Amino acid sequence: MTVTGGNVVSEDLAPDQSLLVDRRKLGDPVFKGFSVGSGMLILVILAAVAAFLIVQAVPAFVADAADLPYGNTWGYVAPFLFGTIWSSFLALLMAVPVAIGIALYISHFAPKQLASPVAFVVDLLAAVPSVVFGLWGINVLAPALVPIYQWLGANLGWIPLFGGNVSGTGRTMLTAAIVLAIMILPIITSLSREVFLRTPGLQEEASFALGATRWEMIGQVVLPFGRSGVVSAAMLGLGRALGETMAVAMVLSGGRNITFQLLTSNNPNTIASNIALAFPEADSHAVPQLIATGLVLFVITFVVNMAGRAITSGHGFRLAHKRAHKEG
Amino acid sequence: MTADAQPDAPLGDQYMPRMSLTAGQLPKFTDLGLLVISIAVAAALLALFGSFNLVGAILLGGPLFLVGIYALAFSVEGRRRAVNRVARYVIIGAFVLALVPLVSLLWEVISKGLPRFDWQFFTETKRNVVGEGGGAAHAIMGTLVVTGLATVFSVPVGLFTAIYLVEYGKGGPKKVITFLVDVMTGIPSIVAGLFAYALFSAVIGPSKSGLAGAVALTVLMVPYVVRNSEEIIRLVPNSLREASYALGVTRWRTIVKVVLPTSISGIVSGVILAIARIIGETAPLLVTMGFTDSMNTNALPAGGMNPMTALPVFVYYEYTRPGRPQQAYFDRAWTGALVLVLIVMILNVIGRYVAKRFAPKINR
Amino acid sequence: MTLRTGAALAAVTALTLTACGGVSGDDAAGSASDGYHGTLQGVGASSMRAAQEAWRAGFQTANPKATINYSPDGSGAGRTAFSDGAADFAGSDRALNDEEMTRAFAKCVAGTSPINLPVYISPIAIIFNVDGVTELNLTAEVIAKIFAGQITNWNDPAIVALNTGVSLPNLTITPVHRSDNSGTTENFTSTLSQVAPAVWTERASGDWPAAFQGEGAQGTSGVVAAVQSGSGTIGYADISGVAEAMTMVSYSLDGMADYVGPTAEAAAQVVEASERVAASTNDWTLELDRTAAGYPFVLVSYAIACQQYADPATGELVNAYLSYLASDEGQLAAVPQAGNAPLAGELAQGVQAAVATIE
Repeated sequence: MTVTGGNVVSEDLAPDQSLLVDRRKLGDPVFKGFSVGSGMLILVILAAVAAFLIVQAVPAFVADAADLPYGNTWGYVAPFLFGTIWSSFLALLMAVPVAIGIALYISHFAPKQLASPVAFVVDLLAAVPSVVFGLWGINVLAPALVPIYQWLGANLGWIPLFGGNVSGTGRTMLTAAIVLAIMILPIITSLSREVFLRTPGLQEEASFALGATRWEMIGQVVLPFGRSGVVSAAMLGLGRALGETMAVAMVLSGGRNITFQLLTSNNPNTIASNIALAFPEADSHAVPQLIATGLVLFVITFVVNMAGRAITSGHGFRLAHKRAHKEG
Repeated sequence: MTADAQPDAPLGDQYMPRMSLTAGQLPKFTDLGLLVISIAVAAALLALFGSFNLVGAILLGGPLFLVGIYALAFSVEGRRRAVNRVARYVIIGAFVLALVPLVSLLWEVISKGLPRFDWQFFTETKRNVVGEGGGAAHAIMGTLVVTGLATVFSVPVGLFTAIYLVEYGKGGPKKVITFLVDVMTGIPSIVAGLFAYALFSAVIGPSKSGLAGAVALTVLMVPYVVRNSEEIIRLVPNSLREASYALGVTRWRTIVKVVLPTSISGIVSGVILAIARIIGETAPLLVTMGFTDSMNTNALPAGGMNPMTALPVFVYYEYTRPGRPQQAYFDRAWTGALVLVLIVMILNVIGRYVAKRFAPKINR
Repeated sequence: MTLRTGAALAAVTALTLTACGGVSGDDAAGSASDGYHGTLQGVGASSMRAAQEAWRAGFQTANPKATINYSPDGSGAGRTAFSDGAADFAGSDRALNDEEMTRAFAKCVAGTSPINLPVYISPIAIIFNVDGVTELNLTAEVIAKIFAGQITNWNDPAIVALNTGVSLPNLTITPVHRSDNSGTTENFTSTLSQVAPAVWTERASGDWPAAFQGEGAQGTSGVVAAVQSGSGTIGYADISGVAEAMTMVSYSLDGMADYVGPTAEAAAQVVEASERVAASTNDWTLELDRTAAGYPFVLVSYAIACQQYADPATGELVNAYLSYLASDEGQLAAVPQAGNAPLAGELAQGVQAAVATIE
């Protein structure tokens, strides 16, 4: 859309404004330049990170497996890759419904005096450093979960997920996933809440006027309107869960075996956590392999985001969203 | 978790003749009463099996209550209202469920952080401190400097990118950048640290400094600023823009004078959320900033090595590598965590004030 | 020297630019009437952190204008930083190996090689948490079997036989090991492979052998926390990270010799019986003989420094600092903080003499 029409008019009106006109003509391209430049900068940063990862990781992929400290790179990264995806999946599975619940509670259920402090507390939690989540995980959460795990193992051990020897310390895959879920909860909640709050009031009222119950109104109006926001919030959360380093490193009793069992001491570690654990003692010939695992994680993030984008751009959803926007 | 919306009840169900307005509604205190009964029943059941405990009773009583309230509401109010009630309690349940770990975490940080939350903690460094005493002034300063630099780098880039995405971008380039921003949110923090370290090594040789830490944090922070601002700017009603254009205002002035002020509260809270996201980062700073016990406010990599300590790193080393007596180290670590949370709280309060002060009043 | 002036200049520019003064210290190192001044960067083993804290405090108190930083990034990171020139000295849980010694070291005068100086000797405690059990005697073989997962219950006859009068519960043993790559693990597994070669078939390694499972925990504090919070747990940790109140295993090679705990004296016995495999006159790389009498689970950490620094001022400061920490006074100063075994006898004299030659 161009607005040159406006300039022409003002030029005709007062000769005095020629200066102003000049500035306006300069202002627009400069401003646009900044915007485009910033977008490009994102591209450059990302390209630089990718280039850094690839250059540093190349030795790990081309060298003979026998010369590498951890053996074949693909074999080395496989269990960590599984652990990363498995833990993030579990975390997302737990966090998203609960986060939507909290966001809806704040935006549509809670009394006004309560909504604001609750939102404040949730935002605050986004600031708790991952180290603290780790400390809390090993000192409070894991010991508290041990009896529950033992009960699950004893009574539901026939379900493969709960099979195996139940950990005596509670530092299991499920605990790590719970910690991750709690970590990403504030992020997902904050963004979802912001979007839910902006649901057009007229539409909500229209829905009520047609006799909908509150829940039906939410299903008809709030959720379709907020779906894009919720999905991108979940993606942000997933990004953090995939890359979370310190909390997982501290909480998870990680190793290199691939298993779906949730309650044992022998869990696959995650890529980021493994880098943090191995990097401090890594010699110069081990570093490329660790960075190679980082590259794999980077690629996974790419794939996950593409998948997320594919979901959000589904046809039915887009229609609902557009409709909601138009009427707003 | 959430119950699927049931297909609407048959018409006849809803249009059953009612005698009065309140007919067909559960009395006001049914819910509360049923909740108490459910938990009592659950407790009794558990006691019967000889394994009574409060948490178990609540965990078992919750579902029991949901089933009960559904049955009761279904028989009196019809299916749609029953679903509504259940949904309401499931949402409240989710909220309470999430509150448990959150409150536990905050309680842990506050109760363990208070013992060393004293004047000394803020005024002294850890230089020459062995065992008890000392403070984290150097680490607090480090966090402020590094986070401040990261914010100064990230906000313009992030905000302008968001403006590009909403106001200017279209077609392929826009899609690509949106996608890349998403990917960027997924960069693992430790990879960002390694990247920043490698970048500085390549330019000025092996070095550790606050600036390198700030660059690592910027890589992590920018996508959050973009994402948060973009969502908010997108929600500015088009009618406002069109009104501005109709008055002959140029595009950039429309953005600066109309779009940004309208969304400023959202942008500020988005930026603060982004700061909150990075202020507690540990892994990238371990790799990029080095470690010192002395005060250092110079973030530039002067002389190659110019280590600076940030609060999360301080917390990490105090906790994972304590000397003796251990408790003194643990206390300092927890107080450090508490201070981090407080810093974000203060930022939040300031952010809210700014948002209130400068946001123009529009219809919502 | 020109490089350092440039750096100082950069620092000053930065100061005026950011207008938020206060650099950590004069960058030009050297000595004056008021003691040494300047800044040193050390990077390395996290096991040494507690001891380094004591040493730095001692040195900086005597020389208020000097600043010594020690970043406990890890041994590998320390060795890499030292050879890249990002650190003035490194702390490492092992000496540089032959291949590493031949590299070029940015801080050293070209053609000279660095020296390895054992400065931190620390017992590795085997800690356990079993309700009602406060003392536990174990032999090398039994310890190896527990950590290898061959003995899985606390009332196993092999353990009961060594602990008459102690009532051991019927409880699963959860062995806890380090999940991160560490010098502690390397020394622990090295010990087991020497004292119980029949059971411990894996070679020494900083990573826990994948063949022997168990519970992994990050860092010394992670292992301690896991052992403390679990039940029926047993783990190993550098003594500096272990609270005094924790229950520790007493060791005997074969059950015949006396049982000894992880005391400084018992650890020193093993170190004294060890052989020196030095690359040069001033190098003090040790080859530990862990089958000797005493307590064999010992961690020896080295300070790695240049024999001759490219910058003489740095050399002078390194000399002064390392001389302090190798001195009897310095070694004793770290004991209350880190529980280390002070260097003694011939080893102490040798290391002190070697440090004095750094320039």
